[in-house]
Formats: sequence, structure tokens, C-alpha cells
Amino acid sequence: MAVPSPPAHVRSARQVERDAWRRSRARRRTLIAAVSTVVVLVGTAWLVVTSPGWERVRDTFFDLDEARAVAPDIIRAFWMNIKLFTVAEVAILVLALGVAVIRVIPVAGLAPLKLVAVVYTDVARGTPTLLVVFLVGFGVPALRLQGVPIDLFWLGVIALTFSYGGYVAEVLRAGIASIHPSQWASGRSLGLSYGQTFRHVVLPQAVRRVMPPLINDFVSLQKDTALVALIGLVEALRTAQINSSRDFDYTPYVVAALGFIALTVPLARATDHLALRAVRREQGST
Amino acid sequence: MDLRSPRRCAVITSLLTPLILLAAACAPADDTTATSSGSTSQSPSATGSDEPPAEDECATGSLPLYEDGTLTIATDSPAFEPWFVDDDPTNGEGYESAVAYAVADELGFSDDEVTWVTVPFNSSYQPGTKKFDFDINQISITAKRAEAVTFSDGYYSASQALITLKDSAYAGATSLADFKDAKIGAQVGTTSLDAITNEIAPDQQPFVYDDTNNAKQALLNGQVDAIVSDLPTAFYITAVEIPQGQLVGQFQVTSGETEQFGLLFEKGNPLVDCVNAALAQLQQDGTIAAIEKRWLSNVVDVPELD
Repeated sequence: MAVPSPPAHVRSARQVERDAWRRSRARRRTLIAAVSTVVVLVGTAWLVVTSPGWERVRDTFFDLDEARAVAPDIIRAFWMNIKLFTVAEVAILVLALGVAVIRVIPVAGLAPLKLVAVVYTDVARGTPTLLVVFLVGFGVPALRLQGVPIDLFWLGVIALTFSYGGYVAEVLRAGIASIHPSQWASGRSLGLSYGQTFRHVVLPQAVRRVMPPLINDFVSLQKDTALVALIGLVEALRTAQINSSRDFDYTPYVVAALGFIALTVPLARATDHLALRAVRREQGST
Repeated sequence: MDLRSPRRCAVITSLLTPLILLAAACAPADDTTATSSGSTSQSPSATGSDEPPAEDECATGSLPLYEDGTLTIATDSPAFEPWFVDDDPTNGEGYESAVAYAVADELGFSDDEVTWVTVPFNSSYQPGTKKFDFDINQISITAKRAEAVTFSDGYYSASQALITLKDSAYAGATSLADFKDAKIGAQVGTTSLDAITNEIAPDQQPFVYDDTNNAKQALLNGQVDAIVSDLPTAFYITAVEIPQGQLVGQFQVTSGETEQFGLLFEKGNPLVDCVNAALAQLQQDGTIAAIEKRWLSNVVDVPELD
């Protein structure tokens, strides 16, 4: 028996009307979004450009000749920022993981270390990074101890590591604490030791979960490498300041800002990508 | 239609609100330069002309001031010696404080008709209306800087000086070439920094600090071998602040313009003509020389480095 083919779908008059109305709504929404965007952007630009001081602002902040003249210097100086945060990031992860682990594992004998870890996170997070840079950069060498680095680069790394270690330790601790106790129990019941459960079951999940805030802290760190300029290390922002104060022109700062944005955007996109991947994984699809 | 009209209204409001807010927030403020440029057009001598301004134009009452009845002078904080004394510009002590009061006096202001405001060096050259009549802060005049602000004539010719510690290997240096392999620091925004790069050209990039206090600390810590500053500052540092410091010598910045400190005005401020006239008078009658003798006299016997 031949299966009768289903009758061709015919939209009812009401459906046709409904679809037409939906399309018109969609067009309308797009139009309003486009018009309002253009009106606000053009309006803002118009306000800025027609303001009485615009010419001076353009000459002092968006001076193309100045930008071209200082860009090579500033880009070269960014190398210092890149070195600083690359080295500091590794050091921070090691320190923060140590502090976080000490704070979460229930071993009574670690009580004094736990106390140190708590005090450290409080102090590190409570002290302005600028102050830490100042104290480490000028205070430590003033001690004139043998074996203490007086090289500005390493002092900068130490200061940034101290300051950011506190934040990152708390992020990691929150991640570890967020893993459900059943994961610990499953690991132990499979015969893994406490350490193995932590290393192979809990930590990977915890790190994955806190990846976005971790990267957020590292984006912040990239910008805070500029604070190391305070102790005499010439990096990108300082180079901009040197040029700005020599020429009485703020354009170099704008150039430096663009450089910092260029540095942080890849990490920001990476965060988005990781967050998306995490969502997909947890929902079980692909 | 009736049902949709409130929504349309909402759409329009949501469109307009940010604009209205923007317009309110960004409405052009009354531009005080308008009044100053008004007085420029009255005066025959525009800014930058060599003609001395007419006598009555610089009468105290007709000066184009930031605030009527008072001369508003800016400097940075902390104000360093020997340019100011005790971080207090109002006491008339120190070279720049004394010069500022002499200029004020020449313009017809009594000492209590002078108002001091704190303006960090970095914001002294920001565009727009300035909140002072002039800024006195050891600012070197350069052609490039004069594109953004207006400078008075110079009121001090500065040489640069090298400071190191008495026990440093560089303490006995006799020429700039001796500092080739030294780590040298200076304050950001100073011509001292340019002097390091252009005159000494050391192998290592100069170390840059926010102010001389930080530079001094780095010198004491051994993080730099020497620091460069203008001569009077260097003299004060070694005489008072760092007794174990040694002023190795002074040098002139040969490449580029002769270094002069000038008073900084908002670009095109017509007041500069009257202030230049006052400075010329003070140079002529020996007042500036006397102030220099009083506050900077001890800096003359410093060996020259070449």
C-alpha cells in the first residue's frame, strides 16, 4: 500500500497575517536599533567635535605627527611590560596555588602555615599595589642585605607577585571549595589517596571553573605592570610620560593606552572562548 | 494604535534620554578664554610681540586675571628647595617664591593679593582653561612645549649637575665621558633626563623617577650610580639632604636650546606681556640678581664637566 503523501502545507490566512506582522516587527526593531545607535554615536561625536575646546583637545590628545614620532619608543618599551607580566604570572600561579591549598586542606599540623596564609591574603589584598611596589622597590634594597636582589626587574616581579598572589589564591580557593564533596568521596572510594583525589579529580575541575576570573586577574596584572615605573624601570607608560612631558602633548598616553588594549584584548577573547567551551562541556554537547 | 502609542513613546524616550543627558553634561562651559582674547584684540601688542606693552595696559586693575583682584600662581607640591622653602610657597622664601612675589609686586599686587594653588607638573600643560594666572615650577622653555602653552621670558638659566655618593667609583670623575658605563637616574619631565640621553649618552638606558625624592632614594640604595638634576637642586641635595652625596660637577646642555626656566601661561594668555615687562624691569633693577644671590649664591663654585 502506498502511503499517501501528506497534503502540502498551506498556511492559513491567519498564519500569513501573523508571519507578516512578525516580519514587520523584526524590521522595526532592526531599524530602531540602527537609528538609535547612529543618533547616539553621531550625536556624541558631534558634541565632542563642535565643543569650543575640541581643536586644543585634538592637538594635545590626538596629534598624529606626535603619535608617529613616539610610537616606536613606546612599542619597544612594551617589551618590558610583557616580560614583567609573563614572569610574574608564572610566579603568581605557583604562590597562589600553594596558599590556596594550605588554606583548604584539613590537616591540623598545618595550623601555623594556615595562619600565615590567611594573614598573607588579607595583607596582600588590603594593600594598594602601588604601595607594595614602592616598599619592595625602595625598601628591600635599602636593607643592603647580601643576596637580596636590587635589580629593578626582579623587584618589580616580587612586588607584583606579592600583591596579585593574594587575589589569585582566593580565586583558586573559591574554585576548589566549589567542587561538590561527592567528587572527593568518589575519588576516595575509587581508591585514590587524598592527594591523588585533589590532584586528579578536584583541582582540574576547580581550575576550569575559575578560569574566567583568573584570566580577569591577569588582564588586570598586565596593566599594573605600569606601576613598576615608580621605582625607576622604564616601561611603556613611563616612556609615554617622558615624551608627554617633554613635548607638552598627551598623545603619547593615548598611544600607550592603545598598546595596553592590544595586549589585553587577546586574553579577553580567550576568556570568552573558554567560558563558552565550559558551558558546552557541562551541557554535554560536543 | 491606542495600545501601541505608549510603547512608541517609550521608544522615543529611550532614544532621546542619553542624548539629553549628554547634552546637559557636555554643554560647552563658559569659555573664559573668550574674555581674554577680547582684551587681546583691544591691546595693540599681541602675545609674543617684542613691543613692550603700553604703560596703562599693565595697570593692576586692567590685567586679564583668572580671578579678579588676586594674582593666582601655581606650583607643584611638594615644592622643593632651594626654589621654595619648607614646602610653603606663600612664605616668599626660596628663589621661585621670591621671584613670584617680586613679579606680583611689580604688577601692583600686595603680598596678600597673591593666591597660591597646587598644580602637578603633569596637569600644568593640559588643554583648556587653566585655574591659575601662571605656573612657576622650574619649567624649561622649549619650542615644542611652547606649542601647547605660552611661556614668559626666562627667569633663570639652569645648568645641569651630576650627583653621586662620596664613596662611589664615580665621585672623582672629571668629565661626562667618565659616566659612560654608569647607571644614571633623573626625574621624569625634566630636561635633566634629556641631558642624560643627549649629553652623557650612557650605555644603560636612564632610570626615571616621579620626583627627586625617589631619585635620591635610588641613589642611596645603590640602584643608580648617579643622578642628574638642575644645578641649584643638586647643590641643595648634596649640601643638606644627602650629606654623603657628592656634587661631581655641572655641565651645560649644548645640543638644543639654551636652557631657561619660564613662567607657564595658558596658551595665548595676554597677561604674559605685562609679566614679561615686569621680569625685564626686575632684571634691569637687579632684583632678580639679588634674589639669585640670596638663594642660589652658593652654587657658583661647582666644577664644569666636559
